[in-house]
Amino acid sequence: METLQTDVAIIGAGGAGLRAAIALAQADPKLRIALISKVYPMRSHTCAAEGGAAGVIKPDDSLEHHFNDTVSGGDWLCDQDAVEYLVQEAPKELIQLEHWGCPWSREPDGSVAVRSFGGMKKQRTWFAADKSGFHILHTLFQTSLQFASIQRFDEYYATELLVDEGRCAGLVAIEMRSGQMRRFDARAVIIAGGGAGRMFPFTTNGAIKTGDGMALAYRAGVPLKDMEFVQYHPTGLPSTGTLLTEACRGEGGVLLNKNGRRFLQDYGMGPETPLGKPVLKTMELGPRDRVSQAFWHEQRKGNAVPTQWGDAMLLDMRHLGEKKINERLPLVRDMSISYMGVDPVTDPVPVRPVVHYMMGGIHTDIKAATSLPGLFAAGECACVSINGANRLGSNSLTELLVFGRRAALSAMEYVQSGARPTGDTALAALGAAAQGRVRELMQRSGGTETVAGLRKEMMRTMEQHAGIYRTGEGLAEACGKLADLRRRYSGIELHDKTNVYNTDLLQALELGSMLDCAEAVAVSARERKESRGAHQRLDFVERDDQNYLRHSLATHHPGDAPRIDYRDVVITTSQPGVRDYSGDHK
Amino acid sequence: MSERLVELEVLRYNPETDSEPRFQRYSVPCQSEWVVLDALNHVKDNLDPTLSYRWSCHMAVCGSCGMMINGEPKLACKAFLRNYEGVIRVEPLAHFPIERDLVTVIDDFVTKLKRVKPYLIPKQDKPVSEGEYRQTPAELKKYKQFTLCINCMLCYAACPEYGLIPKFIGPAAITLAHRYNQDSRDGGRDERQKEIATTEGVWECSFVGACSEVCPEHVDPASALQQVKIKSTVDWYKEHLMPWLNK
Repeated sequence: METLQTDVAIIGAGGAGLRAAIALAQADPKLRIALISKVYPMRSHTCAAEGGAAGVIKPDDSLEHHFNDTVSGGDWLCDQDAVEYLVQEAPKELIQLEHWGCPWSREPDGSVAVRSFGGMKKQRTWFAADKSGFHILHTLFQTSLQFASIQRFDEYYATELLVDEGRCAGLVAIEMRSGQMRRFDARAVIIAGGGAGRMFPFTTNGAIKTGDGMALAYRAGVPLKDMEFVQYHPTGLPSTGTLLTEACRGEGGVLLNKNGRRFLQDYGMGPETPLGKPVLKTMELGPRDRVSQAFWHEQRKGNAVPTQWGDAMLLDMRHLGEKKINERLPLVRDMSISYMGVDPVTDPVPVRPVVHYMMGGIHTDIKAATSLPGLFAAGECACVSINGANRLGSNSLTELLVFGRRAALSAMEYVQSGARPTGDTALAALGAAAQGRVRELMQRSGGTETVAGLRKEMMRTMEQHAGIYRTGEGLAEACGKLADLRRRYSGIELHDKTNVYNTDLLQALELGSMLDCAEAVAVSARERKESRGAHQRLDFVERDDQNYLRHSLATHHPGDAPRIDYRDVVITTSQPGVRDYSGDHK
Repeated sequence: MSERLVELEVLRYNPETDSEPRFQRYSVPCQSEWVVLDALNHVKDNLDPTLSYRWSCHMAVCGSCGMMINGEPKLACKAFLRNYEGVIRVEPLAHFPIERDLVTVIDDFVTKLKRVKPYLIPKQDKPVSEGEYRQTPAELKKYKQFTLCINCMLCYAACPEYGLIPKFIGPAAITLAHRYNQDSRDGGRDERQKEIATTEGVWECSFVGACSEVCPEHVDPASALQQVKIKSTVDWYKEHLMPWLNK
């Protein structure tokens, strides 16, 4: 097997991976950096983020406000030291992006513009129309091209981390173009592999969001933290799940039930605010978990709007007018027309909650280091944790910048502290074993299971039992079903046994990643017997700080369900309280 | 939701098993609102797991699923079945080598993109602590359209010049260079001109305009290339006819 020597290997070349690569290249031009991704960097799912990135910049705002919004938005499951670091670094990172050319939208005086976002008390979301993630990704990608020390390996799928004597020493990956496996010997590895929304059938996430980075760390013994917290974004197109950004509501769009009522006022997010004059942190600018949950209740009351794709609510932006919609929400208009046949300028757009983001992920400390020496993680695949039980919109783009850079600096410190490369003999053995596992999957015959078949069953299970509201009974059934799917996974036989760009193989490996993540979600959710943020139990409806003001940690047990442990939340200044989204009431 | 049986004729080529590309027919039960990508996904999941193609976002922003659909470069996620009658022919993007089935080799673009220095080269360095550069909405508007390129390669597949002369840097890469040239924060135009104001660069373009017609993001690369030509011509006149302007 061909072997490449590098100092830091980064798995994933989206926002977090690119930010890490640039930070490393700038900090020490002599470092050899391997940026490895299963897709070309510009295909990474960061491109689909629309609304913007939060960072305090305007004089009426403060770091304390951003901190408090984030911590209460996360239902006090955030680590507050990590949130302090996030809000403090956020403005610097966003200015840095500006200096690299990001086309942020502007005020008439030339300063950067900010917009309103859900759960945020002040306007602090930097945006580039409604393609903020796209512009962040392309700015980072294009900026990265000037650094000779960043060597890219586009369309390489990482199958395993190499772990020797208790530290991470590299990885093995398949070069899609040739089907050949390559060994990357690295003194440190950063995982920036994104989320896992494709476990669910109805998601804003692109096809590539299959939890590969999470699964790599998990199988190497690093726990997955807070996996039960899955974010539903309230406003996806019912036909395809395509995201319509929260900025639709930030700009003044409202949500209606079939009777034309702005129903959020009936779920603790009222009183109603004047049309076209959105008030921060209430009504349509409530947090995503609460808004999605309100829709669930409306649906049960029979107040949803029926569509050919199932129940929906209406997102009404007509009063914004064509000019503002074109200027601030051009992509939203384009997609509503293309995929729903509805023009938001003239008609309300049917929308419904859709799986969007994993709050949970690879357990890291505030320095983006995992429990495995030499392994770091950042971005959606990681849980540091700043999102707690519910992420506020526009904190994730900020997170991938702040902690992408942090992971790079930590990896560099680790490398400079004298981490020696592992001996070739040990790595050769590990690499050969990893290669053997892929070869076995490729050559297996007599199997009766198919990738598409098992994937469908997994998705159905997740949607049925791990959605917006959950029950102990449903989750127990999901755990059983997922364990069964895990066993049946070893009975998959590939139809395609050739080498070049074999997507049958790729999808089989991705399914393996998703099954691991899904089981961690279901088991963590079954064990959390309370309702907090995005994790709502119909059989335990209250938040229980006594027992569950703690992070869950799911540890992989090969051939068995994960073991769940807990870890205290870090509290610095904000004691758990009531999440209040009732506007200006006293 | 009404269902319709769609006949897809898909180019297949596996370098390990095929001596040359061939076409394969699939009859796909499709929903009326589907796009071609949905039909391909149905094939992959239900009819033929060996078919390979790239896709991800299904919202026309990741740029993965460019392919020829009835001979025209399109994003498969934005090619609605309702706009097609009869057999739909799906092929990999023209002008690129086929890696496998609908997957093309795009190394050429990736190399060219790097060559044109598509990143901000500031007039003078400014530390982050000094805050953002000021840029008015009017200054932003001068280049904003050209930032919208998703690198989907449709313009290369449509460009007759690129088909004939592969050395041509091509629409997307030149547009992205121009995007930075037009940015009020940038001072790197001279460096980029060395790559794009050349015969392999903008002077290869014969202004057919096919690039702009197929661009799914309305970037209008043809206009970017014409702007580069005009500015380069002005440079030439300044240099040769008004030498006193150079210092």
